[in-house]
Amino acid sequence: MNWKAIVLNTLKEAIRNKIFYLLFFFGLFFVFSSRIIGLLTIGDQTKVIKDVGLASINFFCVLIAIFTGINLVHKEIDKKTIYTILSKPISRDQFILGKFLGLLLTVGIALASMATIFILFLVLTTGKFEASLLLYFLMLFMELAILISISLLFSSFSTPILSSIFTITIYLIGQITWTYNHFKYLLKTPLTRVLTDVVYYLLPNLHKYNVKNEIVLGTPVAIGQLLVAVGYSVLYIGCILFATLMIFRKREFQ
Amino acid sequence: MSKVLEVIDLKKTYRSNFLIKSFPALTGISFSVEQGDIYGFLGPNGAGKTTTIKCITGLIKPNAGSIRINGESYDQVSSRRHFGYLPESPYFYDYLTASEFLFFNGRLLNMSMSQITERSRELLKLVGLAGKDSIPLRKFSKGMLQRVGLAQSMLQDPGILILDEPFSGLDPVGRKELRDIIFAEKERGKTIFFSSHILQDVEMIADEVAIIVKGSIARQGKLSELLSHTIENHEIVVTEISEKMLAEIHSGFIFKDGHYLLRLGLGENTNEIVESVIHNGGRIVSVTPIKKTLEDIFLQELGEEK
Repeated sequence: MNWKAIVLNTLKEAIRNKIFYLLFFFGLFFVFSSRIIGLLTIGDQTKVIKDVGLASINFFCVLIAIFTGINLVHKEIDKKTIYTILSKPISRDQFILGKFLGLLLTVGIALASMATIFILFLVLTTGKFEASLLLYFLMLFMELAILISISLLFSSFSTPILSSIFTITIYLIGQITWTYNHFKYLLKTPLTRVLTDVVYYLLPNLHKYNVKNEIVLGTPVAIGQLLVAVGYSVLYIGCILFATLMIFRKREFQ
Repeated sequence: MSKVLEVIDLKKTYRSNFLIKSFPALTGISFSVEQGDIYGFLGPNGAGKTTTIKCITGLIKPNAGSIRINGESYDQVSSRRHFGYLPESPYFYDYLTASEFLFFNGRLLNMSMSQITERSRELLKLVGLAGKDSIPLRKFSKGMLQRVGLAQSMLQDPGILILDEPFSGLDPVGRKELRDIIFAEKERGKTIFFSSHILQDVEMIADEVAIIVKGSIARQGKLSELLSHTIENHEIVVTEISEKMLAEIHSGFIFKDGHYLLRLGLGENTNEIVESVIHNGGRIVSVTPIKKTLEDIFLQELGEEK
């Protein structure tokens, strides 16, 4: 299973990158600073700690996913390290899937580490363990997986700067695509509506993964929402990876 | 001997965009390499050497033609089991050490841990990097990277070694060591296909050469055959004869280190001149046939005067 070597090398490359540690420790710093912000705030301290801590983990994991992902394939081509890989008996599909799984593993490890530290920190602060936090991190992981697949897609044909702009833009739009359903009645012509519908379905709907309010306020998350999120992730990532493979199969390394 | 690499009517045009016109890099080249041969692929910069090699290794898709490696088409992933490849000016993951890099490549080749460990030790010793296996590649010089690149190309002990400009970046000692490695691999029955623009290196080691100019093969064949038909003239060194007498025998000569050096042109009778020198009391020190060098042939193909 030679693609495993690509997975492990991608992980090794990411964790030997200073930017990874910088983002990871900044994330932890903000997690711990949530306690100070909680002390300075009037009201439910636990809610503030959860609010700030979860938002910090979310923000820094997104940054890790984007800034590691955008370099993933482009750097291999730019530095010509890909020559020795693709001249071995390994297919281009295996290379791309290996890269995707490698970055997924990297981001998964970063998220799991931050989540573990945050949960321990919360248990020490409040004296109770909240299992619903695990659901939040699972949803966040699925959202990050979508983001990784998008950054990998752009990295397969674009430069890191353009890839980061595209990925960040799509991430931000993905947070608000759900609002389209509220104003699409404003579109008068059928053609405009069809075109906007196409764009709507092409862009990810990342709102499906946002369960922060439910977790912070302690309200239950419907099992249906979780199943829809899982199904949507599998389908969306599958489509993006397929597009990436189609592009990468045709790439030439001059 | 069987053909291990066959390239037939290979064509490649780099696509154009709005600013750059399309560029025909290969205009239909054909050659074959026999098992156990050292095949030198010669050409000036931009002639199409690297494009050909990238087509063979599957990094570029040709527009037309076929490539067969041990009978398998180049576009079959399994065909890449037959060769090891050293790219031109290799750059590897600089965060890995030499042994980690070889381990990574070994895993890509589905080699077991013990195989990789054993083979890495052998190869690092062979390429002169023994004891440097735990140094990160970012601290390696260009020559050292070339050596570690050679080691990775030989990792699975492939039947064919494809080396793109393997001598560039190496000092004279490194070049001698590389030549020795190539000869040793040939002794073991391996086939070596390499590109170079360093003519002396090609002339010293190649059994067969192809000269590629502007995307097509201008000349190819056994090196011995290419050079054997091309005795251009003779160089005669004489002594113990007066300059005046020698001028009557042959007009063109120079005096150097106490001897006269006559360089005969095409069509001049060497025997007659030797006899005249002896008849007039001179002594022949040496008569050397001057053959065309690979450089002469190369420059001739490029349409340039040496």
